[in-house]
Amino acid sequence: MSGSSSARTALVELDGVSHSYGGPAVLHHVHVGIEPGSFLGIIGPSGSGKTTMLRLVLGSLQPTEGTVHRRPGVRVAYVPQIETVNWNFPITVGEVVLMAGAPSWRRPWSTATERREVAVTLEQLGLGGLENRHIRELSGGQQQRVFLARALHRRPDLLVLDEPTSGVDVRTRHEVVHLLTDLHHDGMAVILTTHDINGLAAHLPRIACVNRELIAIGTPREVLTPPVLERTYGAPMEVLEHGGMLMVADARLEPA
Amino acid sequence: MIAGIFEPFGLAFFRNGLLVATLAGAICGLIGCYVVLRQLSYIGHGLSHSIFGGAAASAVLSVNFYLGAGLWGLLSALMIGRVARRGKIGSDAAIGVITTASFAIGIALSNRFGQAKKSIDAVLFGSILGVSVGDVVAVAFAGLLAVAVIWTCYRKLLFATFDAEVAEVSGINVARMEALLMLMLAVTILFTMKVMGVLLISALLVTPAVIARMLTNSFARMLWIAPSIGAVCGFTGMLLSYYIDVSSGATIILVASTVFVVVYAITGTRGRRNVAGLAHGH
Repeated sequence: MSGSSSARTALVELDGVSHSYGGPAVLHHVHVGIEPGSFLGIIGPSGSGKTTMLRLVLGSLQPTEGTVHRRPGVRVAYVPQIETVNWNFPITVGEVVLMAGAPSWRRPWSTATERREVAVTLEQLGLGGLENRHIRELSGGQQQRVFLARALHRRPDLLVLDEPTSGVDVRTRHEVVHLLTDLHHDGMAVILTTHDINGLAAHLPRIACVNRELIAIGTPREVLTPPVLERTYGAPMEVLEHGGMLMVADARLEPA
Repeated sequence: MIAGIFEPFGLAFFRNGLLVATLAGAICGLIGCYVVLRQLSYIGHGLSHSIFGGAAASAVLSVNFYLGAGLWGLLSALMIGRVARRGKIGSDAAIGVITTASFAIGIALSNRFGQAKKSIDAVLFGSILGVSVGDVVAVAFAGLLAVAVIWTCYRKLLFATFDAEVAEVSGINVARMEALLMLMLAVTILFTMKVMGVLLISALLVTPAVIARMLTNSFARMLWIAPSIGAVCGFTGMLLSYYIDVSSGATIILVASTVFVVVYAITGTRGRRNVAGLAHGH
């Protein structure tokens, strides 16, 4: 993974990509390559173009300038923000995971083999035996893992997550971070957006700082610096170190 | 007295009407599951009003009802899409403007060139008079079309209904699924509005599906509960309409509304929570 062209080894590569929704560009001239087995977190303030960048990677948005190169046959799976899910929709855990195979399905019902495969995926994520439960009846961590299970059931090369720890408690956040780290260690490429610098981004191998353009990309130690953060968030930030971990704080805040 | 109960079954028009009402209830219940879960209730409401304009124009121009009203409905749907895509007007406002204009054209044409007030009442509130074998065949065709589309596209439609953005990314042509849904909706409204009436058809699209949602947390089960409730309401309502001499559409909806109230009371908090997310598309 790099901030510049990566000689087409990348699963997905944004090559000088800009995007506008009709007005001024919300993302300008971005070069990012997502290599197999990489793990990238995108941070930036609200409206900085993080989700636009994610959608360009997914292919659900087309660039107004530049090119998105996608390796032929690359399988991309997407986990949306848990807050956007309609929890009143009449659907069970098993039915959600079965959706992963929907594009190639011709029959309305699932076969015994497909149900077995779903059970295996759910078991791997600690959701065994919950196939017939309604999605609303699960805990926050379980709900997040159901949508991760649907994505993983596609056996993707690249997993894309939008704000995976938004609206979840500390325990669920830890679960998600550990799960994603395990997937990365197993060789899966992961890209996510987050507002959670200390709880999530600082733990990732690489971070991209975005505010309508790519401001910096690198390891947390390379990019979580006061100058980069100030350019990204438009406000002075302090970077502290605690137990070997970096922690970012708003420099304008004083103890009460 | 027993002979009196079976009296209407001796009338061909009533048998046709009863068959159409039962089938219409089943089809509306089936399509209604997607309508309420996609929050398309207002489009269903608008489309039926729009098709009324086409029905009136067809009558004036002596064009086949299904052809004229169908084309009119399709044109309205395309115009709604075009106006909404321009971005300055929301789709709900576009539906409000275009479909009510179409409805007004229908009223104006009926007033100027149409028949007696009773005919307009029949179009607005439904009537079994004049339901022919051809209408039964047309409604059966609409039902077969809906079942065939849902059978072959069940998973894709479910994914696109539940989570359109992820479905698109996962390789499902969501625009095609939406077009299929709109086509099924338009065909259902077109072929069932004679019995149900323009003003009441949208209630039959919504009520059985909402009742089914209160009764189950499974989409697959909802897809057979809603048509069953719709069919029972259609059959019972049509039968009642004969005995109490009230328009068929109104009676069917009153039966469906009664079932809704009973299920709402029985299922209590669980049922109310299930339908809480089915916000109207306004």
